[in-house]
Amino acid sequence: MKWLFAGLAALCISVNVGAQEAVAPDVLVRNVTTEVLEIVRKDRDIQSGSHRKAIDLVEAKVLPHFNFARMAQLATARDWRQASPAQQKALTDEFRTLLVRTYSKALTEYRSQTIDYKPLKAQPGDMDVRVRTEIKQSGAKPIELDYSLEKTASGWKVYDIEVGGVSLVTNYRETFATEIRNNGIDGLIKTLQTKNQGSEKK
Amino acid sequence: MQRDNEEMTMAGNPLRRRLGALAAALAVGGLLGGCATSGNPKDPIEGFNRAMFAFNEGVDTVVIKPVSTAYDYVLPAPIKTGVSNFFANIGDVFIAVNNLLQGKVPEAASDAGRFVVNSTIGLLGVIDVASDMGLEKHNEDFGQTFGRWGVGSGAYVVVPFFGPRTVRDTVGLILDVKTDPVGYVDHIPTRNTLYALRVVSDRAALLPADKVIEEAALDKYSYIRDGYLQRRRNLIHDGNPPREQDAALDEDRKLAADHAAQPAGPLAAAR
Repeated sequence: MKWLFAGLAALCISVNVGAQEAVAPDVLVRNVTTEVLEIVRKDRDIQSGSHRKAIDLVEAKVLPHFNFARMAQLATARDWRQASPAQQKALTDEFRTLLVRTYSKALTEYRSQTIDYKPLKAQPGDMDVRVRTEIKQSGAKPIELDYSLEKTASGWKVYDIEVGGVSLVTNYRETFATEIRNNGIDGLIKTLQTKNQGSEKK
Repeated sequence: MQRDNEEMTMAGNPLRRRLGALAAALAVGGLLGGCATSGNPKDPIEGFNRAMFAFNEGVDTVVIKPVSTAYDYVLPAPIKTGVSNFFANIGDVFIAVNNLLQGKVPEAASDAGRFVVNSTIGLLGVIDVASDMGLEKHNEDFGQTFGRWGVGSGAYVVVPFFGPRTVRDTVGLILDVKTDPVGYVDHIPTRNTLYALRVVSDRAALLPADKVIEEAALDKYSYIRDGYLQRRRNLIHDGNPPREQDAALDEDRKLAADHAAQPAGPLAAAR
């Protein structure tokens, strides 16, 4: 599961929040990755495991470029439409907290792996693209780290990340579906809340 | 995750061995099928699997993880890299064979090249010179080869001590173990030391991942299961799996297209 770790560690991306419209998706991913990893390399607190500080970094730099509503929708699949707007919002909020905690945890484990950016394969009019990157590691196959982005009114937004072919969003599908089948949508929201609160206390 | 596999000497009769292993795995699969539970079509023996998962976690907590943590703490990074490179190098021979069996001749040649370069210039594999020369490391095993040949994955199985597999990958695992060059070391204490060192080295590399998975997973068992299944599918197709036939996903895409047409409200609102 080295691939998962290294992928998670490197995926925390951010970019200049101001300059959104004109930035191409591959440039966006590159800028954000570079900026965040640069900060982590200089921050001794994060390197020595300060989760709180890593969370702050992710919230400031990465969060604006993610579409969490879309992620929550992908993870809950067909159950999404059965959720009321209030439930959808609660799901989105809790899922965002979970993902942010996960990413920032991975950042505290980051140790100077280098990242290769693959040429973007996309047509000018595309609204949905995949930006491919690779994390180099010694003595092992590089880990693919792919970002799916869609074009929105406020610029390109990441809606899925795959680490070595494992989607960090759809990997929750079976778990969420089982939870909803057993305890309903409110049950899933409750489970997510409990998980997030439990993590907060640790 | 899957590095328990190595060189293939082609000794004996590989076909007979393969059939024997297949029969064994099918017998085990059938047996396990008897105590089926749960509704997930990919995981018909979830009850058994969860028990095995708990068993493996127990072994890890009590023995493997503490030893690996100590190993990770005590040894300097270059030594750890050297150990992991040494085992990775042995693996390249076996990866070459699997690439050949899958008809990927250039990849197989590159793997063989890696082995030659690293075994000599790289001091018995301790230094991964080949990667610096542009010969990329690959990831192959018998389970992937079967997958490439069109064999379906079968049910998900948690194998004692080895962890997540599918029925197909369990058959692959048996071949992986049988062809593992470490198994051909005659001096038993040396062989056992190599086995143990490899387990510890591989496990130590995963220590950071533990914390991340702990943070991410609502249910560790299903998080690891679904991650494994996605990962294997990706590996078999060398990073470019065909899009899954997934009606729900297609609907999602349509729905998302409608979404995208609206201003990106939910995100902004949620913040």
